[in-house]
Amino acid sequence: MSARPLRLRNPYALYLIPGVIAFLAVVIVPFVMNIYFSFTHWQGVGSPTWAGLENYRELMKDSRFWESFRHSVAMVLAMAVIPTAVGLVVAAALFDFIGKHFGSKLASVLRACFYLPQVLPITVAGIVWSWILAPENGSLNELLKAVGLGSLQQDWLGDPKFALYSVMAVMVWVQLGFPVVIFMAGLQRVDPSLYEAAELDGTNWWQRFWHVTLPQIRPEIYVVMLWCTIAALKVFGAVYVLTKGGPADATIVPSYFSFSTFFEKTDVGYGSAIATVLTLIILALTTVGLRFQTRSEDAQ
Amino acid sequence: MKALKRYPVLVAMILGAIFMVLPLLIVLINALKSPADYSAHGPLSLPHGLHLDGLTDFWTRVNFGHTLLNSVVISGSVAVFGVILSVLNAYAIGIGRIKGKAYFLAFFVLANVLPQEALVYPLYYLSKQVGLYDTRLSLIIVFSVVQAAFGTYLLSSVLGAFPKEIIEAARIDGANSWQILWRMVVPVSRPTLGVLLVFFFIWTWNEFLLPLVMLPSNDNQTVSVALGVLQGQRLMDATMTNAAGLLGALPAIVFFLLFQRTLTRGIAVGAVK
Repeated sequence: MSARPLRLRNPYALYLIPGVIAFLAVVIVPFVMNIYFSFTHWQGVGSPTWAGLENYRELMKDSRFWESFRHSVAMVLAMAVIPTAVGLVVAAALFDFIGKHFGSKLASVLRACFYLPQVLPITVAGIVWSWILAPENGSLNELLKAVGLGSLQQDWLGDPKFALYSVMAVMVWVQLGFPVVIFMAGLQRVDPSLYEAAELDGTNWWQRFWHVTLPQIRPEIYVVMLWCTIAALKVFGAVYVLTKGGPADATIVPSYFSFSTFFEKTDVGYGSAIATVLTLIILALTTVGLRFQTRSEDAQ
Repeated sequence: MKALKRYPVLVAMILGAIFMVLPLLIVLINALKSPADYSAHGPLSLPHGLHLDGLTDFWTRVNFGHTLLNSVVISGSVAVFGVILSVLNAYAIGIGRIKGKAYFLAFFVLANVLPQEALVYPLYYLSKQVGLYDTRLSLIIVFSVVQAAFGTYLLSSVLGAFPKEIIEAARIDGANSWQILWRMVVPVSRPTLGVLLVFFFIWTWNEFLLPLVMLPSNDNQTVSVALGVLQGQRLMDATMTNAAGLLGALPAIVFFLLFQRTLTRGIAVGAVK
């Protein structure tokens, strides 16, 4: 009976206490501090001086800032749009074609190959590719020479004309396995009788892909597009290892821009402003994306 | 006739798969070459004889054994603490159905997508203030919380579907909420917890930005950061670069083979919700 007053409240709320404290300390307080810093001028030592919207006004005029977000769009193309499109075709071919005609064992071995780059630390992928794409003795240039296309040799990561495309190509390689695995898992849910019915109607493989497969795994497509887009906006490690944003800012992205502003220029206020803008874009995109996803799920 | 049409697809898929693993194969053959062999025959020839000097040079130069240990300690602790934190949060949200649970869930979803750039400087500053800068503990704390955002989000929906009759029955038998958590909820959700454990371990292993900022000294560096920093300094010759690539890739490949089933199953779980 003495425990009665406590019972009035939900006892399960107690289990949230460690989580609330931890998230306050590691996420909420730092996040609020970051926003505060973005309204100040601060070199990381001494105390910050209030600057109002000055950092943001400066950002709007900063061509590096706009450049970095233009490169973000390129990264979304390389990490979300292309992997999703290619991943759909690969997953359907592996599941539907290889799995059915050559056995599911072969299909899962091939799937593992496509997924391999996803499990590597991004720095390993970076080391491997920057060596393959190196101008002198790089494997790609050597390969071009070996097949008689020596005139196509380039300094793939060092030439501002090619660096962004090279980074994009590496990111497609890194990212492709994720959609392939998710879509293959999604395909397992699809009712086989739908295919049988379509087959009886005399449709070919591509028609079934468009009219049966795609609509059925629409939830997975939304999830993959959303997650990959967010990952693309955050991309940092690959750029750090491959190009450090160079040459001449040809591959600079917002995360690298804020990192170098924080720790190389120690312009904390300005770096915080970049990070805050990036955060707002990602949060807005996530909210819209999740709304869109729930609505389309409800509609089904 | 039909068989003839099948093979182009098979060939295309196999070529695609080879392209995906080819970079690592090239690294493998070059990590085993001597520098002389490499400069004489270039990167595309097979090694003439087995040379492990590149590997041992790299190993001693970055004290790779110690670096590996750092990564294991950090990722292992984060996996355990992250899962515990996720279970506690999800228990309150999914089974306790506490007030405002929709807001808590929304918070964890957003915390999950938050870019680390928006936390990195304050975390760097705060860790210096409390004397945790350049300690492995600082990263363990930060990543346990960061990973628990995803864990809470995933587990809350799993536990939300937990059969209520079982919990009611246990409560009638006199079990309190703590006993219900450890004797029923945790054992029943073990498969999902296993997936989370593996995910947290591998994600933390591969993290780059925060370890780069928080662990400047060589003694505390993780595998990811040690490789990234070495690459950034452009001090490595070709054999050592390949040795670094190979040694960095090996643990990841081992985890992948060990946990392949858990991983692919887990990714599917994460995607549907």
